[in-house]
Amino acid sequence: MEGTAVRGRLSWQVATVGQVIDETAAVRTIELQAPDWAGHRAGQHLDVRLTAEDGYTAERSYSIASAPGEPVAITVERLEDGEVSPYLTEELRAGDDLELRGPIGGYFVWDGQHDIGPLLLVAGGSGVVPLRSILRHRERTGSAVPTRLLYSSRSLPDVIYRAELDRDNGGGVEVIYTLTRAQPPGWTGRAGRVNAAMLAEVAWPAGQEPLAFVCGPTPFVEAVAEGLVGLGYPPPRVKTERFGATGTGAAGGS
Amino acid sequence: MDALDGNAIGGLLHEVFGTEMTAAIGTCATCGATGPVAETVVYLRAPGTVARCRTCTSVLMVFVKVRDLNCVDLRGLAALAASAHG
Repeated sequence: MEGTAVRGRLSWQVATVGQVIDETAAVRTIELQAPDWAGHRAGQHLDVRLTAEDGYTAERSYSIASAPGEPVAITVERLEDGEVSPYLTEELRAGDDLELRGPIGGYFVWDGQHDIGPLLLVAGGSGVVPLRSILRHRERTGSAVPTRLLYSSRSLPDVIYRAELDRDNGGGVEVIYTLTRAQPPGWTGRAGRVNAAMLAEVAWPAGQEPLAFVCGPTPFVEAVAEGLVGLGYPPPRVKTERFGATGTGAAGGS
Repeated sequence: MDALDGNAIGGLLHEVFGTEMTAAIGTCATCGATGPVAETVVYLRAPGTVARCRTCTSVLMVFVKVRDLNCVDLRGLAALAASAHG
């Protein structure tokens, strides 16, 4: 152990901002060059720490948007009354330094090797971020596990990663959008909130032994998890990650 | 404020326990329910950070940070076992 970081220790490190990509009007992906990054698993998150000139610090958790093996990236939604997200989405520029620690989490992760049945991914808003890491990991590892993503957004312009989700994704991936507030003219996708009836139509039958990952605002996750258990999914096969209306939580900090 | 879940305190737990703990299995000292720490009900500004049992809502863990010192109360847990998949 001498002369090296203590194994397993979670230490703050400085990363440099690389490319910054605007995903929607309020959402931005920030690629990070982190020389001390030990690698991550699909679905994990990291903590970001900002320090003001007077020493005041604010920490937030963000889901990792990139696949294992790719440079670490986070996708951040700007929350108007947020303390951290306005800085990350409006002020931060390529070349800036950012303090972070991670990767964090070992529960809401998908490594691909334990699958017995198909994969069901259910996202509410920016809850799609860790699921995108899972989709990219699935594609990069050549996994053939049949996969469905049910993604609830307010409107089409709010859909994050739309161009990426609409392409092939390595085959075997079905993406189903539901738009809760506004649908464009001629919209043939689904409309309204995810409820038990929609899950009954979209979710893999429980008999196929699916594995579900659900991420989004707390009420969304509660409703979806309850719906899936109602369809016969055993609770251990429904992995959940919640974030609050204020954006706190593992998936997207304010 | 919406309650979150144990995923949200993965960093704090790693800091306190020195290892990844969200997949660890906790046992509620009040009702005996068991489940992953990630599935506990978490309030970040309680004051302090509070994790409650999803079955009976009893307090399982309390974390208060005072001058960079983490004060940890685990009396609500009967057991806490690291996950095999850690």
